[in-house]
Amino acid sequence: MTPSNSQLATIKTVLFALCLIPAFLLWRSFEMDSLGANPIEAITRNTGEWTLRFLLITLCVTPLRKYSGWHWVVRLRRMLGLFAFAYGAAHLSTYLWLDQFFDWQAIAKDILKRPFITVGFAALVLMTPLALTSSNFAIRKLGGRRWQSLHRAIYPIAMLGCIHFWWLVKKDVTEPLIYSVILAVLLGLRAWWRELERRKQLAGSYLQQPRFEGKVIKIFAK
Amino acid sequence: MLIRHPADILPSEITDSAVYLERRRFLAQAGTLALAGALPAGLAHAAGQSLGPLIKSPLSIGESQTPYKAVTTYNNFYELGTDKEDPAQNTHRLKPAPWTLRIEGLVNKPQTIGIEQLLKLVPLEERIYRMRCVEGWSMVIPWVGIPLASLLKLADPQGSAKYVEFISHYDKATMTRGVLDWPYNEGLRLDEARNPLTILAVGLYGEVLPVQNGAPVRLVVPWKYGFKGAKSLVAIRLLEKQPSTAWMKAGPSEYGFYANVNPEVDHPRWSQATERRIGEFTKRKTLMFNGYADQVASMYSGMDLRRYF
Repeated sequence: MTPSNSQLATIKTVLFALCLIPAFLLWRSFEMDSLGANPIEAITRNTGEWTLRFLLITLCVTPLRKYSGWHWVVRLRRMLGLFAFAYGAAHLSTYLWLDQFFDWQAIAKDILKRPFITVGFAALVLMTPLALTSSNFAIRKLGGRRWQSLHRAIYPIAMLGCIHFWWLVKKDVTEPLIYSVILAVLLGLRAWWRELERRKQLAGSYLQQPRFEGKVIKIFAK
Repeated sequence: MLIRHPADILPSEITDSAVYLERRRFLAQAGTLALAGALPAGLAHAAGQSLGPLIKSPLSIGESQTPYKAVTTYNNFYELGTDKEDPAQNTHRLKPAPWTLRIEGLVNKPQTIGIEQLLKLVPLEERIYRMRCVEGWSMVIPWVGIPLASLLKLADPQGSAKYVEFISHYDKATMTRGVLDWPYNEGLRLDEARNPLTILAVGLYGEVLPVQNGAPVRLVVPWKYGFKGAKSLVAIRLLEKQPSTAWMKAGPSEYGFYANVNPEVDHPRWSQATERRIGEFTKRKTLMFNGYADQVASMYSGMDLRRYF
């Protein structure tokens, strides 16, 4: 199943709208004053959770492609990653503006002294070059291989995101644990694929010509 | 699509809070009168019921009070759930009546007091206190309660008693499992427990204490972080040695026995220099001993507050 270019454009538009739903719901709760007694905390938490969720969703693309055979889904990956960055930027802005009120001295102290803020901030800093190189132009300029190795930075970014969440909760780590387990599975899959590849290379099977098992259908008769 | 707009005027602008509180009181009293004949006394003790005339206290502060809704929907009461909204939604998990409170340990007159007796022990006082949570937010709450000292006097502590332990209700069948070492407990030095600021709260906003705020009786120690105020107390125990508390056991490097509000001693993971007063947009500077230094600082003179955090 491979959608045509116009079908893909529709899929992308729908996905774009879907990705905006959390932001819309948050805005509507704010408008309706239903964010609870501490709305700033609620906004910070909500945008932070969606950043982490979008990072995990982005990491789901490759396994989905591999196991379903839908190679086209990879063409949605950059948009999902950019949404992770967008929610992350909103999360950081909430902290800088609503939480700290641009008290740069306090912010600098926080980033240096509070390990959970240090890792959260590091994750967002690391996401920035990825967001900046998410255009076709950047891919051409960098070349596929270099672009790909740069974008593998999403692995440590997602790990930092989970650590950030884990270190900020007072005691009940159930939620950060759920995110961490999902991330461990997604990264574990990649480690497993790598191991399979390594074994294959050690066995020398990559040297052999792939065997063709299909049936040749003649199109033209001579 | 339905787009609802927020109301242009706040409910508080329509009805003055004094008026609506009076209305609540009237309704509650009318309800009490109607129920009095039909029900045993214990069952009439329920959230929302007026506690009658209260003594105003010079220890109350004049800062504007956190709205009733915020005080009763934004709670840390892990036995009823670990999210702030959980306790208000899980009030059915705790039955505040009938209820008894034991005073035991190193006392000459151990007691088991029913909640109705406790309410009549000494005249109820209104105490409008700041409440600073260790997480960095704060409220101003009009508690109703009695000085803890008056209850301690009744039990007559022995000379060897140096500490007071507070033990909360815990029911494994209905309450949160794991997270903390249940039942929740807290502790004070005997002089802290006897400080006039320390109260056992049985209500807020003139009414019976809602379940999510620690019904039917809880500890309030306004110069310490909120977690010191153990909720839904079943026992008060006088001890010779300092007890270990639920939060000390959960994070010995993060939560100490004293837990005095102190902007200069940070939580290992976050700053305690500022706080967000619920309902306010910008943060406030946190005050030493939560603004109660005049009444309590002398109890800690000569102590290294960094070490005894």
